[in-house]
Amino acid sequence: NPYAGLVSRLRASWLSEKTRPMEYRMAQLEALGHFLDEKKQDIVEATASDLGRAAFETELSEILLCKNELHETLNNLSRWMKDEHVDRTLAMQLDSAFIRKDPYGVVLIIAPWNYPTSLFLAPLIGAIAAGNCVIIKPSEVSKKMERLVAEALPNYLDKDCFAVVTGGVQETTRLLENKFDYIFFTGIPPVGRIVMAAAAKHLTPVTLELGGKNPCYVSDTCDVTNVARRVAWGRFFNAGQTCVAPDYLLCTLEMQEKLIPALQKAIKDFYGPNPQESPDFGRMVSDKQFQRIRALLGSGRVAIGGQTDEAERYIAPTVLVEVQPSDPIMQEEIFGPVLPIVVVANMNEAIDFINSRERPLAIYAFSSDDKVVNQVLERTSSGGFCGNDTLMHMTLSSLPFGGIGNSGLGMYHGKFSFDTFSHRRGCLKRGMGREPLNGPRYPPYSQQKLGVVRAASRVTRPDACTLL
Amino acid sequence: MDKMRQVVERARAAFNSGRSRSLEFRIQQLKALERMVNEREKEILAALKADLHKCGHSAYSQEIIGILGELALTMEKLPSWAAPQPVKRNLLTMRDEAYIGYEPLGVVLIIGAWNYPFVLVMQPLIGAIAAGNAVVVKPSEVSENTARLVAELLPQYLDKDLYPVVTGGVPETTELLTQRFDHILYTGNTAVGKIVMAAAAKHLTPVTLELGGKSPCYIDKDCDLTVACRRITWGKYMNCGQTCIAPDYILCDPSIQSKVVENIKETLKEFYGEDVKSSPDYERIVNKRHFNRVKNLLEGQKIAHGGETDEASCFIAPTILTDVSPESKVMEEEIFGPVLPIVTVKSVEEAIEFINLREKPLALYVFSNNKQLIKRVISQTTSGGVTGNDVIMHFFLSTLPFGGVGHSGMGAYHGKYSFETFSHRRACLIKDLRMESANKMRYPPGSQKKLDW
Repeated sequence: NPYAGLVSRLRASWLSEKTRPMEYRMAQLEALGHFLDEKKQDIVEATASDLGRAAFETELSEILLCKNELHETLNNLSRWMKDEHVDRTLAMQLDSAFIRKDPYGVVLIIAPWNYPTSLFLAPLIGAIAAGNCVIIKPSEVSKKMERLVAEALPNYLDKDCFAVVTGGVQETTRLLENKFDYIFFTGIPPVGRIVMAAAAKHLTPVTLELGGKNPCYVSDTCDVTNVARRVAWGRFFNAGQTCVAPDYLLCTLEMQEKLIPALQKAIKDFYGPNPQESPDFGRMVSDKQFQRIRALLGSGRVAIGGQTDEAERYIAPTVLVEVQPSDPIMQEEIFGPVLPIVVVANMNEAIDFINSRERPLAIYAFSSDDKVVNQVLERTSSGGFCGNDTLMHMTLSSLPFGGIGNSGLGMYHGKFSFDTFSHRRGCLKRGMGREPLNGPRYPPYSQQKLGVVRAASRVTRPDACTLL
Repeated sequence: MDKMRQVVERARAAFNSGRSRSLEFRIQQLKALERMVNEREKEILAALKADLHKCGHSAYSQEIIGILGELALTMEKLPSWAAPQPVKRNLLTMRDEAYIGYEPLGVVLIIGAWNYPFVLVMQPLIGAIAAGNAVVVKPSEVSENTARLVAELLPQYLDKDLYPVVTGGVPETTELLTQRFDHILYTGNTAVGKIVMAAAAKHLTPVTLELGGKSPCYIDKDCDLTVACRRITWGKYMNCGQTCIAPDYILCDPSIQSKVVENIKETLKEFYGEDVKSSPDYERIVNKRHFNRVKNLLEGQKIAHGGETDEASCFIAPTILTDVSPESKVMEEEIFGPVLPIVTVKSVEEAIEFINLREKPLALYVFSNNKQLIKRVISQTTSGGVTGNDVIMHFFLSTLPFGGVGHSGMGAYHGKYSFETFSHRRACLIKDLRMESANKMRYPPGSQKKLDW
């Protein structure tokens, strides 16, 4: 077990209680802030190299997001760490009852390649804030970022408590043999199953941020121009390699005819007449991903785009029509700049279509009619939901971010990150006096004792006084 | 074994019909449960007596009271728990609707344990129904009378398709676990907890595991030993020690060990009389297998009190062991019986170190007049939950989450936590299709000017 030494070293650090004091956690979090500031240029360049992604997108979706998470955490940490006092029963009015937030211990964060900074850093913020030691396993697919994290990050954080492990499938498998106190995984469902199975051997709790096909329903009553821009933005950001991107569109034939030219215009506004020349449009992360997505272009008919360039791993912003539910592109998460349109007769058919498939990470519905948006929301189930836009629910840290069913379990962002990496420990502190009050609970039993026990066990508000 | 698939499919079809979603429906089902517990109290108590030799008072106070309280609390609070929770918005979302919606998960599975066989299926069931789910209930086959009764009663009061009861042993449970659920709540031991989680992993099913372990009980020299030992005696020997949060073993200074023994002996006499076996208030070990398991833990130990056993009735007397070695068998596994080992430690630091070298327990107890010492013990250890200067009681406060950590479990329930465990918190953001100009900043082509803004 090549990682046993590392894990036990971190566990010893955790047992030494080094990570407990708030000052320590704040200092480590502030160091993360320095990492983001001082290494920003390197991060932007590494991501540009790995994903062909524009600096603008990296700054907006990763740097800014992480800075916001950091600030929110630093501003609120002392409040989040405090014991939470709870309402008590009549019998416990003089006791102290509270929820203590305990760190779990040694936490493992496994990050993917599509947002290689924020998808390890955002959970890391929560794990540190909650007082844990952390092993970070960045993705080997985003090679330059992997090297940057492995080389630079340890210089900012306490090496006793935080470490970076690099490698591929083999190394991750060996790493997962160790006992962790929490595992946070972002990736695809099949690997999610493997991670959870490995966690089960040690009874390690997990958060799995997975994916799926996020449907996007567009009703007949809407402002087509605005819809097209918001959908195009969400679909083609990071060249489609986003877990909450709208994966496919559902609309009537009528709406499709209006949407195509509107989408065409949006793409042109964003990326110019030849997106391959735009500095703002990304590339597929690897040959494997490029080939996978290129194969999916055979589904239906190309209405917009469809061009590819293997040498650059470039796939044009593409819209497909005449797509059947049984087509290959409708069987897997696309994770690329291709938007298939599946025609439905009406909203009910769209809802049935969505409900007959695995529950996705996000569902989108566009309509100028509130009732339509609410219907889609109420009659479906998904990790999150955004009406009349794409991606945006992810940017509000007061909303929990996570999946359901195949799209994941658990959640994070903002305070939810802190809560995810904390064990909420129910504590009751009693006095040793007033022992006669305990009399009714002891044997030998009697009817009278039973009556008293019953009366005393109702939960009351602190200011209420009922003695029934 | 097709039967399991059919039961789950029927529950899923019933859930998909949507009828479990309205608050009226959920409250109606909870009211029916309340009626069931009240109307059939006699049969419930009789089943508990048959399974565990539990007397009426014990059964009522350990199981029925908690269920009725949970039902009343849930029915009262459900509208507020289930209401969408608006959240703080940022500059970009200031004019939007942003909230967390509480939604049912779908079809959930509850696997009960045999030691408190009624409350351990009922309490999770209350939360699962309140959250709008369909629920498959699998009571423990070891407490067979209660299992049979639950299978008979639930269909008489609740929607038959939404809340089926499945009975059976290991083969049936294994088959049941191959089906896909949207949440599994399992109460039982660590070994089976791993099996349940492994089965859940195949379907990416979230789990709540209420397991166990050895819950330590530290007695400081500076404390009222009479009171402390009284409370410990109550918590240790109730249900014949078969309680997941019973104080499993005692840690104390050697100088107070004999006083602790004396106090517990006195209390035992007060509770159960001179002849424990004839006390109606003292339970029995659930079956021969566990009887033998617990009896074997006594081998080679210094028995300061008790030690009598009677296989025919699965009786084991309240027993105290002294000067127990940390390496002995009785200190390896959760005792789950009326045997209380005392391990001596020279200081509270030693006690803390002892506790931290072992698996994280479900409960931790510390007795002391010194508030600072109690604070320290809590801060320097971890456990599912804690009670200071008493035992068990944190379980009875439904405003505290009840659950384990590490080998003692994951997730929590009781009160509002049950509702949350069985709900999906869905992030909802509803924007306006107009005001597109506000979005210009985020669209390509990108520029430094846009970023700076």
